[in-house]
Amino acid sequence: MEVDREDGRSQNQLRPLACSRNNLHRAHGSASWSQGDTKVLAAVYGPKAGTKKNENPEKACIEVIWKPKTGQIGKLEKEYEMILKRTLQSICILTVNPNTTTSVIIQVANDDGALLPSAINAACMALVDAGIPTRHLAVSICCCVARSGLVVLDPTKLEEQKMKAFAYLVFPNSVHSVLPEGSPSGQGEPIQNGIITSVTHGIMSVDDYFYCLERGRAASTKLSDFLRKNLQQQSTDSSKAG
Amino acid sequence: MAAITNGCLGNTFTMGLPNASADLSTEVEVDAFRRLFPLRFFEKHLLESIRPDARPLGRARDTTIALGAVASANGSALAKIGSTTMLAAIKMEVMTPSMETPDEGCIAIDFHMPPICSPIVRPGRPAEAAPVVAKQLSDTILRHANLFPRLFIAAEMHPILELSLVSGKAAWMAYLDIYCLDADGALYDAALLAAVAAFSHLEIPVVSLNDDGKIVLSEEQGLSDNDPVNKEKRKVNLGSIPFSLTCILHKNYILADPTAEEESIMETSVTVVLDTSSQLISLYKPGGAVLAYTSAIQDCIALTRPRVKELQKILEEAVSGMEVD
Repeated sequence: MEVDREDGRSQNQLRPLACSRNNLHRAHGSASWSQGDTKVLAAVYGPKAGTKKNENPEKACIEVIWKPKTGQIGKLEKEYEMILKRTLQSICILTVNPNTTTSVIIQVANDDGALLPSAINAACMALVDAGIPTRHLAVSICCCVARSGLVVLDPTKLEEQKMKAFAYLVFPNSVHSVLPEGSPSGQGEPIQNGIITSVTHGIMSVDDYFYCLERGRAASTKLSDFLRKNLQQQSTDSSKAG
Repeated sequence: MAAITNGCLGNTFTMGLPNASADLSTEVEVDAFRRLFPLRFFEKHLLESIRPDARPLGRARDTTIALGAVASANGSALAKIGSTTMLAAIKMEVMTPSMETPDEGCIAIDFHMPPICSPIVRPGRPAEAAPVVAKQLSDTILRHANLFPRLFIAAEMHPILELSLVSGKAAWMAYLDIYCLDADGALYDAALLAAVAAFSHLEIPVVSLNDDGKIVLSEEQGLSDNDPVNKEKRKVNLGSIPFSLTCILHKNYILADPTAEEESIMETSVTVVLDTSSQLISLYKPGGAVLAYTSAIQDCIALTRPRVKELQKILEEAVSGMEVD
């Protein structure tokens, strides 16, 4: 059972990934992430002094501003802001800089499917570029369920609209441990199997969802390797600049 | 602190903790302990597999539905889960459908959190949760298109009336407004339940064609000379109905149907929406410090299944109660 995709990819193949950091000079950290034609820019400013009124001053606060490519800010943007804020709050170590606010601004340059996952990946790279302390990174992927029950990874916008349902999944990145006994685990499973965030749209069966999780985990390992390579490369370059 | 001076009732909590030197006095009253150390207060209860309101971990609060709460609306319902109260009302209007979709009507969903519902909502400061819950609700209801097949039909064409109306002239527009009257946790669950109950109560009004060729609502049966376009008030046929359950994850515990206090202390929540045919409509986990492994997700879904049956029964009882009247 094969699914015909318009750009000729197989069902588990991701679009070409490209990531660059330190694009914006005024921002403390910035990154641009593109998956195929979907392109997102993220900028991080912070930590700045003081927290907002309702926030806990004993922890650092993260503020997210989402700017769409066109149109006014509506409920969709507010929802994405909230999901992104809670995802980033769970990966950052909030007790290191208490009573500060870190602003993450997301600007959508082009939307061709899997927009929220690209934004989460871009935001994580921007946080690394800014030097905000994090526990681990968040790696995000979009899985679609076709009417035949097959799971297709990283859909374009047309594919997202045609499919029965899709899910945005965010996992912690895979761990390469120097300890002989391997990576730390929770509940007997390796840490990268846990979900940080999951947002689904459309109707699917429960088994389809678990199948998406499996595929998502496999893809997140590939994405983690890409991130690791990208970060290591750029860090050796900047050491040369002196 | 006011709590310490007020607490003349209630027991005192003896703090037999290992590092008591780092804490306040060894005997603190329950209310004060609850305010000062909320997480420890809850964890003491979780060790005994119970919650402060004496619920076991997997049980949801008492749920009631009252249909027809708003007399002037075409369909309305008041849903209460514990203290969380949601009022949903539907008003129907005739509109001209768009060119691309001549056979489809429209549903406009609005979710309001007025200041009455919670001390953190003030008139100038809209609640952060409001647009998010509104968007989640509209995603669930609009995507679940087979729930509302009858709405997406143009005004019924009765051949005996010899109308020259064709599809593309008139369709129904439903305005669904949901007001939160008391926000005590699990807002999305209560709002979805209220919306679904309001749709079960909805009666599509009778319309007729007046002399100008426009569709108007007929006020009374024998009043207009024009024959009504649809013969009688009809109810909406619901297919498989979505119901939801929000769970909180904290270390190894899964707590079903949190109150606002529990939600603010333990921030990781998972909302599972299943419909009556056991399809997964949505699994929503917006971040949170606790990672959800496959076993935790399976447990959440397992908690949701009996809850769906329970809610379905409550809704059916409410609907049949109305019909008896």
